[in-house]
Amino acid sequence: MINIPSTIKISFRALRVNKMRSALTMLGIIIGVGAVIAMLAVGTGASQKISEQISSIGSNLLIVLPGATTAGGVRMGAGTQPTLTMRDAEAILKECPSVLDVAPDLSGVAQIVYGNQNWSTGVRGTTPSVLNVRDWSIDEGKSFTEQDVKSATKVALLGQTVVDNLFGEVTPIGKVIRIKNVPFTVIGILSRKGQSPTGQDQDDTIYIPLTTAQKKLFGTAFPGMVRIIMVKAKSTEGLLDAEKQITGLLRQRHRIGPKQDNDFTVRNLTQMMQAAEQSTKVMTLLLGAIASVSLLVGGIGIMNIMLVSVTERTREIGIRMAVGAKTWDIRLQFIIEAVTLSLIGGIAGIVAGVSGSKVISMIAGWATIVSPLSILLAFSFSGLVGIFFGFYPAYKASLLNPIDALRYE
Amino acid sequence: MALIESVGITKVYKLGDVEVNALCSVSLTIERGDFIAIMGPSGSGKSTFMNILGCLDTPTTGHYLLEGTDTAQLNRDELAGIRNNKIGFVFQGFNLLPRTSALENVELPLLYNGISAKERRQKAITALKAVGLEGREGHHPTQLSGGQQQRVAIARALVNDAPIILADEPTGNLDTKTSSEIMELFVKLNRESNITIILITHESDIAAYSRRIIKFLDGCIINDEPVRKL
Repeated sequence: MINIPSTIKISFRALRVNKMRSALTMLGIIIGVGAVIAMLAVGTGASQKISEQISSIGSNLLIVLPGATTAGGVRMGAGTQPTLTMRDAEAILKECPSVLDVAPDLSGVAQIVYGNQNWSTGVRGTTPSVLNVRDWSIDEGKSFTEQDVKSATKVALLGQTVVDNLFGEVTPIGKVIRIKNVPFTVIGILSRKGQSPTGQDQDDTIYIPLTTAQKKLFGTAFPGMVRIIMVKAKSTEGLLDAEKQITGLLRQRHRIGPKQDNDFTVRNLTQMMQAAEQSTKVMTLLLGAIASVSLLVGGIGIMNIMLVSVTERTREIGIRMAVGAKTWDIRLQFIIEAVTLSLIGGIAGIVAGVSGSKVISMIAGWATIVSPLSILLAFSFSGLVGIFFGFYPAYKASLLNPIDALRYE
Repeated sequence: MALIESVGITKVYKLGDVEVNALCSVSLTIERGDFIAIMGPSGSGKSTFMNILGCLDTPTTGHYLLEGTDTAQLNRDELAGIRNNKIGFVFQGFNLLPRTSALENVELPLLYNGISAKERRQKAITALKAVGLEGREGHHPTQLSGGQQQRVAIARALVNDAPIILADEPTGNLDTKTSSEIMELFVKLNRESNITIILITHESDIAAYSRRIIKFLDGCIINDEPVRKL
């Protein structure tokens, strides 16, 4: 029968007797646990930032760009040859099963005037579905409708940056702004999105109905021309299917022969971002693994001290055995000592890791996130380290011959 | 049934390639309530015999029956259980835990048989009272004299109500006056509590406190006779 409370009491007393030694042994675990938590916090912070950016451009997003013109052997770069139309967009939505929604886009830069303020920004002609495709919402007012697109109404949705620069304290809804001298009524304000993954201010934009952009602002090389088509796939897993379906459909619609190059490009933004997210996850894992090595070293420190302690206390072990301590009484006593060392070290290490990651955020300016899971992980891992590295010394102690142990000087 | 029955016990140690016969076929019987002194020069096998009696060691051949149980059949933990319940040890060097109060030293055997903390404390206080150390429960070994330390050790041997006390030169580190006080305590425990006491000693005046003296030489019993009281 093993008496756990008194075994714990015995272990605590033994640790108190050698305060300095116990503290130094714990330091190894403190540094190990602290490093694991801080490194995981840095990694988690980085990948959190990337996934925020992914959701800011819109999840499961594909972008169809027109192809490049070739003028006298000089290729002009993607998008120089206008090849996409509204009908392409409608066909993608109708015929590609993996596509959830599409938003064609015809954009240009224009000077905006309201009262005595003016501002230059990107004006995008599109359809109401853009809000769904880009996971964007309206803060105030309302969006334009399919009807507005059909009848080329002169209405506009403003991004937050535009609102700040043109209106200041004035409420923009219902006011009339001039885009390239054409009057537009402001009917809604977009919610704030922040920076895109490439560092552009996504709020510095104006949305107007696609047809209005085509007919009143930018003109078209041919009827129904659009600059790009944004596509939202039904799911992340469906992104590649959607890409294939769109490519097949557009090749057919644009009558491209089997040996000809595409006159358009499909870009998979989500996949690119996911690759980036994946690489930060690998980095997190790597940082964690390196930090765990220090935890391992701390564990070896515990084993070392426990072995010294067993040797020093051989006589005590002999006395305990003589008065009836059984194998597991002795083992538990030393294992509990080791676990106590590692758990107290673990708790102090959590404190050190959490404050350490705060300091890193402050000094390096990185986002760090201490997840409860990493704390739980580090704490239970330090407990396991105690059991693992405490077991051998405890095992050694329990195998001592009581007669020899009693005679030990 | 005799308390202790030793039947043809031998013990062979291996020192490298050399085999040393520490005991050669020792047979004897000890009845409950006896008070025995084992004497003999160094290397005569008396300590080896004592270790076997104390279940700290097992015989190479032969049988050791303690209250009818053959200890040769028992494993390490079962032997520990017997040491805990049936045997109290008193050593020459006291063997108390350092930096630990007298009370906690006495409580030590009770830690390993699962009785409650309250009862442990009660029994330890009673045992310390029985050896005349009332009021010194909180003292650490370094704060006690040699005689007092040995009394703590005796209290530790008593605390589990063990029927046997094995004492290995209990007065070896004590002066004459303290030695006789400790021996008086053993005599009292033997008479009043009917505890069987087996002690090893070099000195015949210590052996004279016993009722029966067993002499060892070269691993064999050469003499076994009752003490003639004057």
